[in-house]
Amino acid sequence: MIRETYVNALTLLLLVAIPLWAVFMDEPFTITLMTRAAIFAIAAIGLNIALGIGGLVSLGHAVFFGIGGYAMGILAHHAQTYTPLAEWPFLIDGTKSMPLIWLVAIACSALAALVIGALSLRTTGVYFIMITLAFGQMFFFFAISWAEYGGEDGLSIYIRNGFPGLNTLAPIQFYGLCFVLLCLVLLFAWKLSKSPFGLALNAARQAPMRVETVGLDPKRVKLVAFVISGVITGLAGALFADLNRFVSPTMFSWQTSGEIMIFIILGGVGRLFGPVVGALAFVALEHWLGGLSDYWHIYLGLLLLVIVLFGRGGLIGMVSGREAVHD
Amino acid sequence: MSLILLIEQVLNGLQFGIMLFLMAAGLTLIFGVMGLINLAHGSLYMIGAFCAAAVAAASGSFILGLIAALAGAALAGALVELVVIRRLYDKDHLDQVLATFALILIFSEGTRWIFGSFPLFLNVPEFLSGPVTLPGGIEYPLYRLTLIVIGLLVALGLYLLISKTRLGVQIRAGENDREMIGALGVDIAMLYTIVFALGAALAGLSGALVGAIQSVQVGMGEPVLILAFVVIVIGGIGSIKGALIGAILVGLTDTLGGIFLPEALKLFFDPSTATSIGSSLASMAIYILMAAVLILRPAGLFGARA
Repeated sequence: MIRETYVNALTLLLLVAIPLWAVFMDEPFTITLMTRAAIFAIAAIGLNIALGIGGLVSLGHAVFFGIGGYAMGILAHHAQTYTPLAEWPFLIDGTKSMPLIWLVAIACSALAALVIGALSLRTTGVYFIMITLAFGQMFFFFAISWAEYGGEDGLSIYIRNGFPGLNTLAPIQFYGLCFVLLCLVLLFAWKLSKSPFGLALNAARQAPMRVETVGLDPKRVKLVAFVISGVITGLAGALFADLNRFVSPTMFSWQTSGEIMIFIILGGVGRLFGPVVGALAFVALEHWLGGLSDYWHIYLGLLLLVIVLFGRGGLIGMVSGREAVHD
Repeated sequence: MSLILLIEQVLNGLQFGIMLFLMAAGLTLIFGVMGLINLAHGSLYMIGAFCAAAVAAASGSFILGLIAALAGAALAGALVELVVIRRLYDKDHLDQVLATFALILIFSEGTRWIFGSFPLFLNVPEFLSGPVTLPGGIEYPLYRLTLIVIGLLVALGLYLLISKTRLGVQIRAGENDREMIGALGVDIAMLYTIVFALGAALAGLSGALVGAIQSVQVGMGEPVLILAFVVIVIGGIGSIKGALIGAILVGLTDTLGGIFLPEALKLFFDPSTATSIGSSLASMAIYILMAAVLILRPAGLFGARA
C-alpha cells in the first residue's frame, strides 16, 4: 500500500512528465489528450467541492461547463465576425483574449449557480438530484433553440483565443496554461478544505442541525459552496471550448454532468486528487478502450458498477487502501 | 387560433402527459417503496420500445409487440433488480445515481450493439390508424386517443392495485415501515423485486406505445426520464396521484407553450423575434413551472415528505 501523498505526488509528476515526453517524441496528440484530462480535472475539482465536501449530489454541473463554453463561443464569435455583442446601453465588443473570456465565464456561471443553487437547495436528497438534472436539461434545450448562436450545430471558432505572452496554438503552451490553472485550482481546493469555511461545509454535510445550533446557516454555507463549485466548472468549460475551438449544446447535456461525476468516482470522492486521477483514468480509458471497440461505454459502465458496488474510495482508495480522510 | 386547434392541442398535451405518467408512476413507486433513485428507468422504456418493434416486425402483430414490451421490460427490470439494484438499497443516493448511470451506459451501448445505430420503426396497427370524429366535428387520430384511454385505465388499475389488493397493502406498508412488515412475515426481497418489475413494465409499455408515433432508437429514454423527474418533483415523491396530476400539467404546459407562447409574443414583438424568443421560452416552460412549484411548495403538490 502506498500513502495517498505519494499517489498525489506521482500524479503531478505524470502531469508534467508525459507532455514533456510527448514534446520530445513529437507526439502532439498525446499533449491534446493530456490537455483534455487537465481540463476535465478542473471541472471535476469544481464539482468535488459541492459533492465531496458539501454532499450536494448535483447532476447538473454541465450547466456551468456549458455556460463557460458558450461564454467563450459567443465572445469569440463576435470578435471574429467583427459584430458588437450589444450596442445598448453601451457598446460591447467580442474578444479573443482568454483572461477576459475567463472573467465573463466565471461571472456568468456564478450567477447561474446562485439562482439554480438557491432554488435547488430548498430541497434535499433525491429531490436535489432530480432538480439539478432538470435545470441542466433546461439549459440544454435553450441552447438548442438559440438559433442566433448556432442552435443544434453549435459555434466554431477559427483560431484559438490568445493569452498575453503565449502562443496558444502550440499544443504544449496551451497545455502549460491549463496545467498552471489546474495547480492553482488544486491549491485553492486544498486551502478551502482546511479553511473555517471548508470545515463549516463539511459539518453542514454531516450534521446540519449542529451547524445551526452554533449559529451558522447550513443552507447558506452550501449555497456559497455551490457557487464556488459552479465557477470552477465554468472556467473549465471555457478552456474545453478553447481546446476544441468549438461549442455545442452537448456541453450542456446530462451525459456531460454524468461524466464529470464519473471522474470523481473513478478517482475517489472527497479526495483532493480524486478528480485529477479520475480524469486521467477516464481519458486513458476513452483512448484505449475506444480504440479497441466502438462500444467501449459498456466496459466503462461495468467498471463503474464494480467501483460503486465493491471498491469504495475509487482508484486512489484502492491503491492507498484508506478511506477518504474526512469520512 | 380556432377552438378546434385549441382542443386538438389540449388532447395532444393530455396524451403526452399520460405517457409521462406511466414513466413517473413507476419511478415514484420505486422511490416510495425502496428509497431508490433509478436513472436507468429510461433504459427500461427503451427496452420496451425495442422489444415491441422487434416482435411486431417479426410477427406482424402490434398486440404481440405490446405483450413482448411488457414482458421484456418486466424481465429486464427483475433481472437488474436481482443482480445490481438490491445491493444499492442501503447505499447513499450518490452510489445509486452512479450505479444506475452505469446501467444506462451498459443498456444503451448493448442495444446499439444488437440493433445498430439506425432507428427501428413501429407502425400504428391497422385497426387503430386513421382519424376519428369527436363530438363537435373535431378529427383526431384514433391511436392518440387510444393512448389516453390506455393511460387512464392503467392509472385506474394502479389505484385499485394499491388501495384494494393485498400486494397494495404490502406496498403501502413498505413505504411507511419496511422493518415492521419484514417482522410481520412479508418477504421484503420478493416484494421489492415485484415492485421494481411492475415499474419496469409500466416504463416498457409507455416506450412501446410512444414508439409507434416516434422512432425507436438508442437514447430515446433519457429525455423522457428527465421529464418524468420534473413530473415527480412537481407532484411530490411517492404519490401516484401527484404523478398523474404533475404529468398532465407538464404535458399540457409543454404542448400548449410550444404553440401559444410564440403567438402570444407576437402581440409585443415583430413576428421573427416573437418566434425565436417564444420557442426558446417554450422549451424552458416546464422547468419554469417546476421552479414555481418549488418556490411555493418545496415538497411538491402532493408530497408528504421532502
